[in-house]
Amino acid sequence: MERVTSRHFGQENSHRLENYLKDKGYEGARKALTSMTPAVIIDELKRSYLRGLGGAGFATGMKWGFIPKDNPKPKYLVVNGDEGEPGTFKDKYILEQDPHALLEGIIITCYTIGSHKAYVYIRGEYLKSITRLQSAIDEAYKNNFLGKEIMGTSFDLDVVIHQGAGAYICGEETALLESLEGKKGFPRLKPPFPAVNGLFNCPTVINNVETLACVAPIILNGSEWFFKLGYMNQGGNRLFCVSGHVNKPGVYELPNGTTLREIIYTHAGGIRNGRTLKAVIPGGISAPILTPDQLDVKMDFDSLKALGSMAGSGGIIVMDDTTDMVWAAMVAARFFAHESCGQCSPCREGSGWVYRNIKRIYHGEGRPGDLKNLPGIINNIGGNTICAFGDAVTMSIGSYVSKFRSEFENKIKSEYAKTNH
Amino acid sequence: MDANLRQEIDKIVGLYEEKKAALLPVLHLVQDKKGFISPESEQQIGDILGVPVVHVHEVVSFYHLFHQAPKGKCHFSVCQTTSCALLGGERIIGHIKKRLNIKAGETTPDGKFSLSVVECLGACEIAPMMQLNKEYKGPLTIEDIDRLIDQNK
Repeated sequence: MERVTSRHFGQENSHRLENYLKDKGYEGARKALTSMTPAVIIDELKRSYLRGLGGAGFATGMKWGFIPKDNPKPKYLVVNGDEGEPGTFKDKYILEQDPHALLEGIIITCYTIGSHKAYVYIRGEYLKSITRLQSAIDEAYKNNFLGKEIMGTSFDLDVVIHQGAGAYICGEETALLESLEGKKGFPRLKPPFPAVNGLFNCPTVINNVETLACVAPIILNGSEWFFKLGYMNQGGNRLFCVSGHVNKPGVYELPNGTTLREIIYTHAGGIRNGRTLKAVIPGGISAPILTPDQLDVKMDFDSLKALGSMAGSGGIIVMDDTTDMVWAAMVAARFFAHESCGQCSPCREGSGWVYRNIKRIYHGEGRPGDLKNLPGIINNIGGNTICAFGDAVTMSIGSYVSKFRSEFENKIKSEYAKTNH
Repeated sequence: MDANLRQEIDKIVGLYEEKKAALLPVLHLVQDKKGFISPESEQQIGDILGVPVVHVHEVVSFYHLFHQAPKGKCHFSVCQTTSCALLGGERIIGHIKKRLNIKAGETTPDGKFSLSVVECLGACEIAPMMQLNKEYKGPLTIEDIDRLIDQNK
């Protein structure tokens, strides 16, 4: 299998420019800037079937195409490196081990959308990522890959890192824009979409780190090459993050469409201590949980959607048969209650309500009404909020309750029995 | 606010199209120098960036990486989310609380240690993990915690 975004991982000094240049570094950007028009690049990206790897899976070429050409305002590229979806840690590897791959993707993207300024929003705790990327930016400026008239062309580009400050919601693209403008991270009502009215009210493209790391290889090797690496309507490979009860947690670059079973058992070393699998989250904590009978699902946006879950951010969290699923639901609900930004009432109040309800059931203080009320509370959050966070609460927590309902019932029954006899 | 800090702030402000957009990086800088964001700092930053102090305060209180009081010399930020929790994160958190006799969000009376219980830090491959001041540490054992506390007493 050909590695793309992880091709430099593990190499000594992989983050340094001299190392990056040894492997056709910045040749994709040179090719784009000297021999391709923006329209040709967008067409190439569309045919590559590269999709947004932050979790939404939106077609990247199409997104770039939404930037209005007749708008006289400055355009911006904002890079989403606010990796916060529980179970996800891949962008950190790119930022720490191959920051020039991101910068090269930024150059090509900015050239394509006519932007001369890119902001890279990195989550506040990723201090090593920030240091590494800043060194790479400094190296790039010194060697004329950034700044004025880059690589001898007439194209100027500045890149600025913006450090986040510890709020999951800022990974939502419009909350991220608010945060970048110096405000608290409250998602914006759409429309207008960022492509028309984004950062500082200007046309803006927001792309995830891993997505942008795919761009230079596509330009260099062609869209057909990238498309063929993937599966159906999703070109390329994916950095799958595996954690939880597996023998070998870590980041694995594999073709889209690889089965969940293969990722867990062949690559991540199977379940620890010889135990069996009970449940698995396939795409970050927001993705509905799957059961052992669903392990043959192909891991790509469309296949997981068809199964009622989602590929999301590529974060796979594995739970073995020792896991109490009421407890697991409580941990997830606590996360959502903690990270709800508080803007919309259904989410602000609902996420806390769901958490307290499940916590009560877990601690043996549950009442029969609790389980009866739970689906109603859960289902009244999603669809009633400005951003997709509310939908995530509904889909994620709802899946624990529906798939492991008997565990919730048993907790209530056994406690009820104890106190009434 | 001394002249050097003021100069560094102006440099950050120069990176942005709008002054106000520099608020988060300026808060990070001031907190790095002073340890926390005091009401006086909020006022000064508001004046420099041309935003009301209430806006600065709103931002400081929204983001959990900004502190309104000093943290301990050793600040434990321990993850409680799913991947860490599955591998014993709760035991790690419980042990720190017991050893230091503090709750989440508190600092020991001698100012040496403080504890935050946080959501996913994006390092599930080293679960259970935490951030100790600027560094990520994991996978953690009870012995690691004892050693870190003993070393920094």
